[in-house]
Amino acid sequence: MTTATKPKGLSTSAMIASFADPGQRTESAPFGHALAALAEQDERIVGLTADLGKYTDMHIFAEAHPERFFQMGMSEQLLFGAAAGMAELGLVPFASTYSVFAARRAYDFIALDIAEPNLNVNVVGGLPGLTTGYGPSHQATEDMAIFRGLPNLTIVDPCDALDIAQSVPQLAAHDGPTYLRLLRGKVPAVLDEYDYTFELGKAKVLRVGADVVLVSSGLMTMRALQAADALAAHKVDVAVVHSPTIKPFDAETVLAELDTPRLAFTLENHTVVGGLFSATADAAAQRGLGKRIVPIALPDEFLDAGALPTLHERYGLSKDRIVAKVLAELG
Amino acid sequence: MTIADTAARVAGKDGRSRDERITAVADSAYRARHHALDMGEVQGQGYVGQALGAADMMAAVYADQLRYDPADPHWEGRDRFLLSTGHYAIGFYAAIADAGIVPVEELLTYATDDSRLPMSGMASYTPGMEISGGSLGHGLTVAVGMALALRLQGRSDQRVINFLSDGELDEGSTWEAAMGAAHHRLGNLTAMIDMNALQADGPTASVLRIEPVEEKWRAFGWHAIRIDGNDPAALIDALDECAAIATADGQPQVIICDTKVGRGVPLLEEREKAHFMRIEEHEWQICREQLTAGREQEAAR
Repeated sequence: MTTATKPKGLSTSAMIASFADPGQRTESAPFGHALAALAEQDERIVGLTADLGKYTDMHIFAEAHPERFFQMGMSEQLLFGAAAGMAELGLVPFASTYSVFAARRAYDFIALDIAEPNLNVNVVGGLPGLTTGYGPSHQATEDMAIFRGLPNLTIVDPCDALDIAQSVPQLAAHDGPTYLRLLRGKVPAVLDEYDYTFELGKAKVLRVGADVVLVSSGLMTMRALQAADALAAHKVDVAVVHSPTIKPFDAETVLAELDTPRLAFTLENHTVVGGLFSATADAAAQRGLGKRIVPIALPDEFLDAGALPTLHERYGLSKDRIVAKVLAELG
Repeated sequence: MTIADTAARVAGKDGRSRDERITAVADSAYRARHHALDMGEVQGQGYVGQALGAADMMAAVYADQLRYDPADPHWEGRDRFLLSTGHYAIGFYAAIADAGIVPVEELLTYATDDSRLPMSGMASYTPGMEISGGSLGHGLTVAVGMALALRLQGRSDQRVINFLSDGELDEGSTWEAAMGAAHHRLGNLTAMIDMNALQADGPTASVLRIEPVEEKWRAFGWHAIRIDGNDPAALIDALDECAAIATADGQPQVIICDTKVGRGVPLLEEREKAHFMRIEEHEWQICREQLTAGREQEAAR
């Protein structure tokens, strides 16, 4: 018998760990609580899931409103088809699964049954981008690229617990389909320290700065704010613009910030193809804004499995990698 | 047809005998077949074979069972009929024209620019069309959601009837929905399958074997009935049987209907390339004459 050498590095528990930083303030299941609270006010709200209620925070809603919760089993096509049928009868469904299964497996059902008739169905996708270490089977690194091409669909990439809680009633009130990139479990609380409220379709300037502007969405707004603080120590003055709605894109707010001599970046938890960087570049080109924009995004490749902190560092989403990238661009 | 008329007819309370109901369905199917040929002639080709084959099924639904208001296709109290097979739209248009939902004259706009009657069925175009089908295997999933919603709203007396084809049994989503419907005990849901034994690449038996179909549905928890889908009497009896066992907390039901592509027009029944039929200019009148002759022979029997 030989003595096995224990491999160095983080282990399985880190693969499924939250992307929250150690010691960071978090809130538990903000989506589930927001949906349950909304359902108190609005009897049209129903919740569905495809065997991932506990993993998309839908269990909170299911416990609060069991008669309005529908378990569809591991059947994503049925999940979204049935949600469409419910919306046809005037209900307002929130249907949850992982983003990979919504975008890849059930796309035709979301497109034809929900988006084409412009129904008020809210697609809730867990594990967007790089928020799991399980590898490409679970990492929805191209979900926004897939969904941006779908007419009628509103896409929201929230930053934190506050963003999620405030978005839920607005998604329900929006008269058409939506896709929410869900952050689940213990979700960081970040934006309550800023003068900020979520408004569907709007980008917001969270922080002003004279040297650099960071346009970000999703959890990368949290990293952008951390990086801005760190860059202040390097005497770099950084503005942060949070654009949680990817489609329709708030070109007016974002381009007003980009149309300055500042060095400009986009930051997203998504492949560099077809997400926030693309939306921003599309808008800039259409307006004739000849501005260099540096993308900070996941590479156009299938990512490794591993521990989340390791992977965020490896693929450039960590605060330190953002700081290094900005400093390198400044020269 | 008023709502009260339709509701009374469905409940069998309008005093009509079974024979009268059968005659009404057969007459409706005959008119619908003529409508389908007229529409097909506009384009010179199309899914005419399916329309002829499924005419009795659609007529049984619209002329005998379904509760609807032709003047208000969005009437809240209506039963829902979902055409999962969007390419059967020509047959559906023929049926809803006979039901008074669209004017018969409008059928001649079929599949032309700016028509409300496009080649493949779409809800946003056509009054009375509940879903945009055509990408197959969708209808039953939407039907499950509608049946669940009706129950949640305390309206399980309204039925959801989903029309699908044997080719759709290839689609995994059909079986997801079959499981879901039985699990949630959707007694207000009925599926009707047009078993015409033909799909795009050829005979169903050679494309992907789907038999034994009844056993599959029974194993999934459904009440399954298999009939000759071109027999109005059998259709009425099967739909009545489904209505009788339809409860708010019961078994979903499936009627497996064996039909013949081109039914009623011998020239087309024998055609080799039958999925998407090309029919020559001079043949349309022959088709109509064969259809009429067949009906007269039946009546004489």
